[in-house]
Amino acid sequence: MTITVIEPKPVSFVAPVVAAAGAFAGLFVGTAQGSALLGVIGGAIIGAALTFLFLTIFRQERAARWITTLGMAAAGFAFGGAMGGVIGLAFGWFFGWFIFWLGEGRYRAKLPPYTTSLQVFYHFLFRVICGMIFFFLITPIVVVMPLSFNAENFFTFTPEMLRLDPDGYSLKHYRDFFTNDDWQQAMWNSISIAPIATLLSVSFGTLAAIGLSSEHVPFRRPIMAILISPMIVPLIISAAGMYFFYSRLGLQGTFWGVVLAHAALGIPFVIITVTATLVGFDRSLTRAAANMGADPVTTFFRVQMPLILPGVISGGLFAFITSFDEVVVVLFVGSAGQKTLPWQMFTGLREQISPTILAVATILVAISICLLTTVELLRRRSERLRGMSPG
Amino acid sequence: MPQKEFINGDKMSDTTDTGPVLAADGRPLKRSLNRALRRQKLRALGLIAPLLIFVLVTFIAPIADMLFRSVENQIVSNTLPGTVQQLETWDATSGEAPGEAVYEALYYDLFLASEAKEHTRLGTRLNYEETGISSLFRSSGRKVDDVGEDYIDALEDLNEAWEDEAFWYSLMSGGEDAAKNSGLLDEERERLSGLTGDDYSADIGFVPGQDISQLLPNTARAYSSFALFTVIEDEDVVAEEEPWEAVKIALVQDIKRGADMSGYEGFGAEELRAAQDMLQGQPDIAFKEAFLDIDEDWGATDNWRTMQVYSPPFTAGYFLNAIDMQNGLDGPEARPENQQIYIMLFKRTLFMSLVIMGSCILLAYPVSYLLSNLPMRSANLLMILVLLPFWTSLLVRTSAWKVMLQQQGVINDTLVWLGLVDDASRLVMINNQFGTIVAMTHILLPFMILPMYSVMSTIPPSYVRAARSLGATNWTSFWRVYFPQSVPGIGAGSILVFILAIGYYITPEIVGGTTGTFISNRIAYHISSSLNWGLAAALGSILLAAVLILYWAYDKIVGIDNVKLG
Repeated sequence: MTITVIEPKPVSFVAPVVAAAGAFAGLFVGTAQGSALLGVIGGAIIGAALTFLFLTIFRQERAARWITTLGMAAAGFAFGGAMGGVIGLAFGWFFGWFIFWLGEGRYRAKLPPYTTSLQVFYHFLFRVICGMIFFFLITPIVVVMPLSFNAENFFTFTPEMLRLDPDGYSLKHYRDFFTNDDWQQAMWNSISIAPIATLLSVSFGTLAAIGLSSEHVPFRRPIMAILISPMIVPLIISAAGMYFFYSRLGLQGTFWGVVLAHAALGIPFVIITVTATLVGFDRSLTRAAANMGADPVTTFFRVQMPLILPGVISGGLFAFITSFDEVVVVLFVGSAGQKTLPWQMFTGLREQISPTILAVATILVAISICLLTTVELLRRRSERLRGMSPG
Repeated sequence: MPQKEFINGDKMSDTTDTGPVLAADGRPLKRSLNRALRRQKLRALGLIAPLLIFVLVTFIAPIADMLFRSVENQIVSNTLPGTVQQLETWDATSGEAPGEAVYEALYYDLFLASEAKEHTRLGTRLNYEETGISSLFRSSGRKVDDVGEDYIDALEDLNEAWEDEAFWYSLMSGGEDAAKNSGLLDEERERLSGLTGDDYSADIGFVPGQDISQLLPNTARAYSSFALFTVIEDEDVVAEEEPWEAVKIALVQDIKRGADMSGYEGFGAEELRAAQDMLQGQPDIAFKEAFLDIDEDWGATDNWRTMQVYSPPFTAGYFLNAIDMQNGLDGPEARPENQQIYIMLFKRTLFMSLVIMGSCILLAYPVSYLLSNLPMRSANLLMILVLLPFWTSLLVRTSAWKVMLQQQGVINDTLVWLGLVDDASRLVMINNQFGTIVAMTHILLPFMILPMYSVMSTIPPSYVRAARSLGATNWTSFWRVYFPQSVPGIGAGSILVFILAIGYYITPEIVGGTTGTFISNRIAYHISSSLNWGLAAALGSILLAAVLILYWAYDKIVGIDNVKLG
């Protein structure tokens, strides 16, 4: 439904832009090979030449893009081996697309027809900046993954890895994680503490959230403030207080001490997610159930629970990840017998023992991707259910 | 809602004048509704109660305990009760060490404390306030046994009975049928449980006799503590153990003070009279001299003043320490320049949190703007890039930054490979403030983006278009129309990020080195390494106060109910 007219742009506009981009890419290739100046000039010339070639003589988009991609990949491979090939492939694909995207004027397709050239430039500059911020957000997490397959005990890429040499990669850190007693003990501790803490916070939290969402709760705000406070109070303060207080009760250094502490930390997340779900809950449904003779318990389990279940589960996942990730409180409240996975990672990072930490990190990222997907699906389901309920 | 309805109902009944409106069961409707309302309230509270109690016990009580610890100071008066009492009358400004009575009280207190091995704890506590006291207490605890040796030897040379445990037991208990003084024993029970924190209520098979405790009050007191300690800590039988030196010294002092033996006819009367005759001619025990012999620091007024200042059961000393001050001769005063650290740390924490908050705003604003203006499908896709870091373990992200930033790390390697940085002069990006700021900005960025995004996606795009069509430039339409509407998002995100940032511990600990650490790292250090819990609690309380003020502001501006996750 766009009314913007897409028309081919003159080579005199496209060629300098592509040449500039080529120069920028050439700068990196050039510095890596020893001569920055040569790289800049070479990149600009190649960019301009390709543009001229494709837009005037050989205007066959599909074929032209294949040619650039494969050609640059081959050139890269000739220059810098496997890694060079990959980089060349990426560059080739990008430049093939870029030349035609500019040359056919497709870049204006989603912009209003009245935008000036300067506005177009700002628009894409802004996008590039955003792209860099996203890059900043995601790179640290992505970098960890290949490094965890390192064959050496380094925290950085080895030359073998950069050459994409299979010898540079191995599963030894994963093997270490699954065979080392310390790590296995830590994993089992995490796996046994988190579910119990989650169960406690979900069962108490859901009941309280239902109570809080009823219309006539006295002292709603102060109660809410107290229940949310474990999320707001800095962990080090919670940890200090719990350490002092639990030592008085003899809970310090015990399994149940850690479980109780983690349950307290998980409660705000359950309260927040479940109350958010209950906002859209239609109260006439429970009244209708009561009207038809259901007692409150039946009403809860057969009518209310199925509808708020998505919220309860995502609250539970938040509580689970809180306990599973938590390190400050367990450092103080727990003893060596309750060493959890994050605790073991923390010690490892301070003493820098081995890249096994990176293998664990990769496994944890995989787990968080699963959790994220689950929460996202639940949220959508919850919104759908809410949309269906009348009112 | 129902309240409003029945008010209306009331009015109606007034105007039509047919008496109160009745419910189906014949009761007045007003009362029925009130009852239903009350029942609903109770049910809601009943649902909340278990969780509220759970949070109060597992979370609020520990926080309260920490606040209590930041002012609690019972250790001095528990360990040296007699000394503290005697010290009350001493004038610290006189420039002279306290008198003989204080040293005598100190002797009994320190003797008991060193038997219970509690004197080093007190020394450590007082050392926070005055350096050197710790070693003073530790060395004196060992040597305090030797005070007044000559008197004890003289006593035992006079009659071997003074070395005999059974004799002592019979003397102090006054025999099976004698009147007993259980009040004295109870006082000592209380004192010992204050000292060691153990339970002393068990029966020990000994109660001091009424007569003897009137005749020799100090001896009876000292022997009672000895008896309690022997039975409960050492698990021995009182009658089979020879009393401590302190008991004998107390006896010497009691006799020399002129205990009136003439009317005493109970067990050991003869031996007592003989001892009195022998001791009459001897000079007094010089406690002060003995302590100065052990360590001349016992004559230093500074040490005594510290003990006097910190003798009340509650103190502001930890808080003063937490803001680089101390209790001086005339009220609080600044600590010496080289001991000031906490104000600097608080300032650094504040400054770095502000920088982190600022860089989060700068990075989050464009991203949230983009996300809220893209079509739903692409926005959801890009949102994953924000949510994935949010869901990823904090330790994973911190270790990722360690991998990235260290000198042999990914960024430095890339820069060297590109030839931008010389191999010999790799950038130092970790174990300093820079590392902490970069890593924490990355970690807290999602907490800024999410609230900003939820505010920005409610701003209708037509406003900016209207401004444009009225002739506003790009900048004006953004700054005058769009930006003011996005301010609530910035506010919500900023407070959230700031609250989270000032309490951070793990990330500064790993990537902060020495210059990039926060106040929380110091708190952790005092809890686990220096064991100065009171100071840790005081620092924590100040931090907590700051966070609670922000929490309150957040509640006012955003509302706790409006916190959204994911």
